[in-house]
Amino acid sequence: MATVSVVNRRDFLKKGAAGGAALVIGFHLTSSAFGDQAKDQEEKTPNPFEAWVRITPDNRVTLILGKSEMGQGIMTALPMILADELCVDWKQVKVQQAPTNPKIYDLGTGGSGSVAGSWLPLRRAGAAAREMLVAAAAKQWEVSPDTCKAQDGRVIHGHPQRSVSYGELVEAASKLPIPNLNTVPLKNSDDFTVVGHDTRRFEGRDKATGGAKFGIDSRVPGMLFAVVARCPVFGGKLASFDATKAKAVPGVRDVIPFETSGRGASTTGGVAVLADNSWAAIQGRNALEVKWEEGPAAKESTAELQKQFLANAAKPGRVLRNEGDADSAFSSSPKKIEAVYELPFAPHACMEPMNCTVQIRPDGAEAWVPTQAPQWAQGVIAEASKLPPEKVIVHTTLMGGGFGRRYQADFVMEAAQVAAKIAGKPVMVLWTREDDMQHGFYRPASYHKMQGALDASGNLAAWKHFQSSTSIAAKWSEKGQDDPGLGEFGTGATIPYITPNLRLEYALAESSVPRAWWRSVEHSSSGFVVESFIDELAAAAGQDPLAFRLKLIGGDRKIPRFGEEKATPLDTARLKGVLQLAAEKAGWGKPLPKGVGRGIATFFSFNSYTAAVAEASVKDGAVKLHRLVYAVDCGRPINPDGIRAQVESAAIYGLSAALHDAITIKDGRVEQSNFHDYQMPRISETPKTEVHVVMSKEDPTGIGEPGLPVVAPAMCNAIFAATGKRVRRLPIRNEDLA
Amino acid sequence: MAISFTLNGKSQSVDVSPDMPLLWVLRDTLNMTGTKFGCGMALCGACTVHINGEATRSCITPISSVAGKKVTTIEGLSAAGSHPVQRAGLEEDVPQCGYCQSGQIMSAVALLSKKPNPTDADIDDAMSGNICRCGTYQRIRKAIHRAASMAGKAHSAA
Repeated sequence: MATVSVVNRRDFLKKGAAGGAALVIGFHLTSSAFGDQAKDQEEKTPNPFEAWVRITPDNRVTLILGKSEMGQGIMTALPMILADELCVDWKQVKVQQAPTNPKIYDLGTGGSGSVAGSWLPLRRAGAAAREMLVAAAAKQWEVSPDTCKAQDGRVIHGHPQRSVSYGELVEAASKLPIPNLNTVPLKNSDDFTVVGHDTRRFEGRDKATGGAKFGIDSRVPGMLFAVVARCPVFGGKLASFDATKAKAVPGVRDVIPFETSGRGASTTGGVAVLADNSWAAIQGRNALEVKWEEGPAAKESTAELQKQFLANAAKPGRVLRNEGDADSAFSSSPKKIEAVYELPFAPHACMEPMNCTVQIRPDGAEAWVPTQAPQWAQGVIAEASKLPPEKVIVHTTLMGGGFGRRYQADFVMEAAQVAAKIAGKPVMVLWTREDDMQHGFYRPASYHKMQGALDASGNLAAWKHFQSSTSIAAKWSEKGQDDPGLGEFGTGATIPYITPNLRLEYALAESSVPRAWWRSVEHSSSGFVVESFIDELAAAAGQDPLAFRLKLIGGDRKIPRFGEEKATPLDTARLKGVLQLAAEKAGWGKPLPKGVGRGIATFFSFNSYTAAVAEASVKDGAVKLHRLVYAVDCGRPINPDGIRAQVESAAIYGLSAALHDAITIKDGRVEQSNFHDYQMPRISETPKTEVHVVMSKEDPTGIGEPGLPVVAPAMCNAIFAATGKRVRRLPIRNEDLA
Repeated sequence: MAISFTLNGKSQSVDVSPDMPLLWVLRDTLNMTGTKFGCGMALCGACTVHINGEATRSCITPISSVAGKKVTTIEGLSAAGSHPVQRAGLEEDVPQCGYCQSGQIMSAVALLSKKPNPTDADIDDAMSGNICRCGTYQRIRKAIHRAASMAGKAHSAA
């Protein structure tokens, strides 16, 4: 088996190491970035037998996974793509995580982009390996490759009948020239035997038996366990500490202060308590006496942020999009409505708290990280250890949820900084639930003032969307606070509803609270706002919410994405397709039991189309979501059951956002700490969820996130249908239902 | 001070602080990482084990209280994942990230040992202490019903 060498791509890694600002900006979550990523992947032509496929002489096939598995199913879907083109029996296949080698793999898992970005590159790699195996057999038999066929891990020649296993061919095959990846023949999609079929999760058995190893399960001989005392106020600094009592706790070995810095850090650092086991470290931290210099963020609170939102909304924002004259159309229209929508900061709340294990020796470093961004992790460890990145080995582990939180490198920075101070000992820095809740990178809080007007025919005369938020880009941009804000609208800036007068405005709200990508990112807010407000307009027009949407979406056409001209346009035919399919499967228009209402929502995000119909009721002041019927179009399904699972997952994540998710700030700190003051949906709250997957033949697009934006609006539209009450702020509060 | 108990059918003795929670004895002292840490306050269920057959949150169970008792963890539930709850879970493709699964399975097994044919309300009651952030609840419910039916068939066939 050839060894893979790691080359130092200095520019890229230098930027990655310096707090990750440029890397993060480069990884902007738009389809064009993933198009670029796929193109970049295609331009790398390593030998497929080195990079993607390992075949041993006994014909065991291992497929290399160049993305992180966080439950979204790509450890199954991506190897399925390779296995199909390679023509191996799926049951033969083993899967192995790719090493952190930027020369070969574009690691970095997020934006619902793994299948979309890997589809062609993996097919080409699989096809290239297949062609090389066929060529090796043909050469051995002295026949034309055209007379040979690859099937189930063997190459077969018809006349005379003979076959040879890949295992017997691989040594010869890997020495042959690599075919041109742009022209290597790909399988006809009618011939797929693996892709498009329900396939059980590859690592399911390990996950059912306690055998699956998550980051927090990493065990390295001689390792220490550490927990960190951090300033509870954002941006606060260590003033002083007294470790006497901490060091007296049995099992505690050391107490070490350290710093983290740069935009990628969640805190300024803190004091690490290192011990023989996690419990002793936690007890040691409890006994640690620390004083903090809280800093200016101590003045920040949810109440103060609300004042900023209101002040911003009282004046015009920066105009981002302006067609026609929305203000005039609004004032002159006889039928118009105005509404304010609000969403709070939201936490990721992964079940496995953040953690990272690092060992730094003079000659090299090694880390075991549950990470969505192994290269960024590599970069920050390289910086902390003052080693070149190619001497840093990062093992990407399974992770107990990612949702965007594990794209960050803050928890890696901490572990690296501690490891650098302990003379070669391995250390796991693990976070408690309180740490995880209070030192996150949250979904931004936002405030939306909507104005809509109808003309005499019940069409949309004007649509005005003012947003103020604690934007993600303002936190990460090198330009600092100067963020125009278009990124906060996402595809909400390209509404599918025809109107001659449309205006988008934005005003930035300042905050020290760290923000970043949360499942479906800006679509989690714009989906709620757009699909609730269009529903309000339907009610004002006296029209059925489904018919109103279909009428305003209009004819089949492709709408270019506003502000992202290179991005895939919104295909209205596909949007109407999911709307109508969801409505049909939900029995839209059929009678419901007394007190139950139906609501519908549709959204285009991550190049996929989703629609959901919710059935909900309100009883004794509490909401019950009875049923959720989805239609999803994410292009050609790789693993249809995996798609259904992802949408079921997004349904509960969205339900949590609708009913529970709120991070509130007081005195510059997060008020919530554990699952008693931050609730999560339990099994009893699960709606009966049905997912109908459109068997599309378009190129595959994302599904990890698109199921989320439609949940809250469908649910709140159902609440309106049931009770006449319009919910405009999340999480839903009892007083809004009364 | 040595504390002795039975772990997955075998005698076990550990010399740790008596207030150390069973969760950390399992994970760090005995290197059995199948039982997971999620909250440390018995609010999420990830740490669920069986003590004398009862589902128990090991994160708040001091090791001293386990002396002389029978502890079963996910690793000791069955040979190679053959318990009906595990098999049903795989057939329904329940796990996503999988982190909560050990706790979910241990809670489900305890439920079925008391109620071999649980209703949906029984499932709500018994399983509401186990959080799943990936939202696999619908499949968990289906798997529990399936496991009940599988176990029922096994008993009638015996």
